Formats: sequence, structure tokens, C-alpha cells
Amino acid sequence: MQKEEPHKPYTEGPMHTTAPVIDPGLTFASVTDKISSIVLKRKTSLAWFFGFAISFALFQLMLLTITNLVFVGIGLWGVNVPVAWGVDILNFVWWIGIGHAGTLISAILLLLRQRWRTSINRFAEAMTLFAVAQAGMYPIFHLGRPWLMYWLFPYPNTMGIWPQFRSPLMWDVFAVSTYATVSAMFWFVGLIPDFATLRDRARSKPFQILYGMLAMGWRGSARHWHRYEMAYLLLAGLATPLVLSVHTIVSFDFAVGIIPGWHATIFPPYFVAGAIYAGFAMVLLLTIPLRRFYGLEGFITMRHMHNMAKVMLATGLIVGYGYIMEAFFGWYSGNRYERFMIWNRMHGPYSLYYWALILCNIVAPQFLWSKKVRSNLVALWIISFIVSIGMWLERFVIVVTSLHRDYLPSSWGMYDPTVWDWSMFIGTIGFFFTLLFLFIRFLPMISIFEMRTILPEAEVED
Amino acid sequence: MEQGQHVHPAGAIAHRRHAPPLYGVMAEFESPGDLVAAARKVYSLGYRRINGYSPYPIEELSEAIGFTHTRLPLIVFIGGLLGGLAGFFMQYWMEVIDYPLNVGGKPLNSWPAFIPITFEMTVLAAAFSAVLGMLVLNRLPQPYHPVFNVPNFAMATRDRFFLAVEANDPKFNHEEVVNLLKSLDALEVNDVEI
Repeated sequence: MQKEEPHKPYTEGPMHTTAPVIDPGLTFASVTDKISSIVLKRKTSLAWFFGFAISFALFQLMLLTITNLVFVGIGLWGVNVPVAWGVDILNFVWWIGIGHAGTLISAILLLLRQRWRTSINRFAEAMTLFAVAQAGMYPIFHLGRPWLMYWLFPYPNTMGIWPQFRSPLMWDVFAVSTYATVSAMFWFVGLIPDFATLRDRARSKPFQILYGMLAMGWRGSARHWHRYEMAYLLLAGLATPLVLSVHTIVSFDFAVGIIPGWHATIFPPYFVAGAIYAGFAMVLLLTIPLRRFYGLEGFITMRHMHNMAKVMLATGLIVGYGYIMEAFFGWYSGNRYERFMIWNRMHGPYSLYYWALILCNIVAPQFLWSKKVRSNLVALWIISFIVSIGMWLERFVIVVTSLHRDYLPSSWGMYDPTVWDWSMFIGTIGFFFTLLFLFIRFLPMISIFEMRTILPEAEVED
Repeated sequence: MEQGQHVHPAGAIAHRRHAPPLYGVMAEFESPGDLVAAARKVYSLGYRRINGYSPYPIEELSEAIGFTHTRLPLIVFIGGLLGGLAGFFMQYWMEVIDYPLNVGGKPLNSWPAFIPITFEMTVLAAAFSAVLGMLVLNRLPQPYHPVFNVPNFAMATRDRFFLAVEANDPKFNHEEVVNLLKSLDALEVNDVEI
């Protein structure tokens, strides 16, 4: 055992000696107590109630919008021919893209043995789950008759018909529902040992029973851990191709169509990179204030901030490459419709959106090359915010500018989102934050058992 | 348990004549290193029905107690395979046999278009197999277990490490096991009652 120097920080190599993954002074006991006390003992702060109240109020706006939408029909939104996919479908893509960073952090970085992921994976997975919940609502309510949504699933019915499996929209149903299910299972499995920790720490009977039921009798047996680790690893291995497939299939919703601006082979990798880009922006947007507010600087260190900023920069460059290639394909195709589509994006009625998108998604992240900017949390937060807006604009440009002027000029039209489009969007943000506030209050937002594994005292000498 | 009682009539039984039935003996350790060293020692002395308890997964520990193989990967593989086959043939049966429909002149068995859903079904079934397989093999949920009777066992989810020698081990002798565990740097040694 390392009794001589118990405070040796965990390091992965010489390049990381500047910023450790975890505060060197932490122990099994302090990690356990600090994280579980956020849930168990800490008095709920006024700021939490304040944030929750605002989110919950905005969530009501969503319910109001949905109620109105179900009574009136989707004409309430600004969608109409030719732009039948408006802000609602772009919000679907935006939300589901945000979710992808959570899976990337929890699954892909686990397989790559990036141990810094440990302190942010639980939170990022929760973010995934809540973002997918928002995303799922849009296509369902866009159906027009959402109460018939079960028609999407292949079930034996009196009409004697089956869904059309050659359509990417059917693939989407399976991809998104599988993604939501697997993310939920992955998240829950990760929580089981922490539920046991909370069960053993909780003072009040109701919480002992609640966490006890959720822990399912977990007792940390070596045999259990062995199978548990195997299950977790296999789930990570399954979630990795899954997350890539989900956004690939989302991009097929567009790319399989024949609309200029959608029908492009670059869509799957470009969408996946964009999803990770937007997702990391959201993780930064949320963790920067959160770690400050809950005093978690020892767990979520500057190393995490740097790494996430670097992932954002790298995926931002891939996305930038995607934009350049889109323009290049448009020109090089020699096809007049493709050429017009690119010209229309840059100079048409929505050109402002296009140039704002370039500014947000290509120009803004370039500041992340500088270590000074990466170390400045305010700057990092602002860049993440700009990127989130940029990724929203990207989907707006893809969905709207491609549809509003396609082959036949007599069918051209304009699209304006109505107040109900915005109220739905703001409402889903409210719902997202409502779930997030409940999560940080009632569940450990950092994986306690995984944090123990990266402590220096966790190492067993042979 | 029966066997143990017959082999050591003077040990386990005589020593604890009026006590409740025994699940085993549990030793508490301060560090993962102490636990792993103790587990190796106990295993090397021929005890096989032993188990370690720790707040986080310790690879060396499951090796030390001789538990290195799990059927879980096989279960997940079979689950994924069945899910994929079910996913593909569901589409095949619906689109080719039960409800053939000409869509844009594509062949009825347009298998490339069936791949995305086949893949998703593979992952879904494999993930369910992984989670449910892990829970079933671990016999969870299990609300009651004798080890929870050990006074300090709540610390097994904080910073304490435990080693149990179960009473149904063929070599189990209460006195011998207690003395052995006490000699292994254990903070405390307790009987685990059922």
C-alpha cells in the first residue's frame, strides 16, 4: 500500500501533471460523504428552489402549448407546404444531438480508458436521457394526431397492414426508442451501487426504503462486481455503435430524401460530429455553474474543462469541414438545383441565419486553440453558449432553406415560426431543466463508486 | 453446510451450540490491499466458499477468491444474435410474406433498407440481455441477505472492506476460521447470522 505518500495524485502521464483528474487530498470516505451529502444532508438551497420554480413554470408553458396543439392541430405551428418540417423537427434534431455527448462520455471514453470521464459521466448521461425525452416529443406531436402514434410500431391490427420499413422515418422510430431505452438502462445500472451507498447513508426511513428498493439489495460482493463490470463494459460496447447509428439514422431522415441540401452522402458523419459538438457545449454550459455552486472543483477539475474544450474544438473543425464540403459539393455537382441551393443559403432570404451559423460554429470555437481561453471559465461558458445557438441555426438552415425553395419555383414559399413554436421550444427547455434540477437534488450527480476507483488509495499492490 | 458439520463436529457445532444458524464469518479490513492479501491467503489455505465485499470493483479481489469467469458475455452474444435475427425476419415476414407492397419498384426483400432496424434490434436485445443477465446471475433484487446483519457492514459502501468465509465451505470450522481471519490484520471479526 502507498502508506508513505497517500496523497499522490492520480496521473496518466507526464503531460497531465499540471491538472489532476481529481483533487489529490480526497479519500474513500471524503468522496463518499461529499457527494452523498449533496443528496442527503445538504439543506435545499434557495437558489435550487428559485431555479426549479422557473424551470417548472416554463414546463407549464410546454403543457399549455401541447394542449393547444392537440385541440387546434399542427397549423398552430408555422409549418405548412413547402416547409412542412419547421422548428419542431429541427428542435428534435437539436435535442437528440445534445444527448449524444452523454453517451460519448459514458461509453466511448470508457472504452478508450479515459479515466477523467468518471466525474462527469453520470451527469452527462442524465443530460442525455432528459434531452432524448424532449427530442422524442417533437416528432410525436408533429404527427398531427399524436394519439395514434402507436401506429408507428409493428403491431397486429384490424386493418391488416404493417409499417413501411423502407422508410427512414421508421428507422428513426426504432433508433430513437432503442437509444432512449439503452441510455436509461445504462444510467440505471451505473446508479445501482450508488443507490446502495445512499441507502446506507440515509438517515430518514422513507429515503432508506426508497434508495434501498432502487439498490435492489446491492452489497458490493466481489462476484457481483465482476459481473457488474462485465455488464457495464458490454453496455458501453453496445452504446458506442448505437450512438453513432442514431444520429446517422436521424441524418438519413434528410439524406434519403431527394431535396437539394438534404440529399448528401456527407450527412451521417457530419451529423454525428455536430451532435457531439453540441453535446459537449451543453455539458460545459451546465457543469461550469454547477461545479461552482456545489463546490465540486475537486471532482470536476480544470483538466475536465480543458479536455471538453478540446473535444469541442475538434468536433467543431469536423463540422466546419462539413460546411465547406456542402458548399463544394453544391458547386462541383454541376447540378443547377444544388448550385442554387448553396447560393440561396448564402444570399437568399435566410442568408442571415447561414452567416450567423458560420460565425457561431466555425469562428467562435477557434478561440479554444488558446490555453488561456480554455482556462477562462467565463469565456468557455460563453463559447459553449454560442455553439449551442450555432448548432440550432445549423439545423434551421438545413431544414428550412432546403425546403422553402426546391425544384419548382411556383411551389416556393417562406416559413415563419409562430409564437407557439417558440413556446414549445422554451417549454422543452423548462422541462429539461425541471428534470435536471430534480436529478441533482435526489440522485448523486457524480458516480460515487467510480470516483473511488480513481483515488490513489484504490490501487492494490501486488 | 451438512458436510461441514460432519467433518468438524467439535468445531462449528460444539462451539456455537445455542447460537442461531450461521451464514459464515466476516472479517473487516481497513484497506483494499489488506483485503486482497487476506483473500489470497484464505484461498491458498483451501477455502473456496469465500467472498469479498468492497465499495468499488477490485479486479484483484475477484481473482483472489477464484472468481474469474462469467457467462454474461455468452448471454449477451446470444441475446444480440436472437434480437438481430428477430429484427430482420420480422421485417422480411411483414414486407415480403404478409403484406407485399410495391414501393417505387423496389424488390420486396429490399434487405439493405432492413439493416438499420436489424441493427437497432440487435443492440436493444443485447443491452437487455446484459442488464437482466447481470441481475439474474447476481440474484438481484434480493432485499435480505445475512451479510447485512454484520454491525459495521453499512461501511462496505463507504471505506471498509470485508471478507466472508461461508459456513457451507467444506473446510469450515468456526474456531479455525475466526483465528485465521484475526491473524490477517482484520480490524474486527464477526459471526454472520442467517
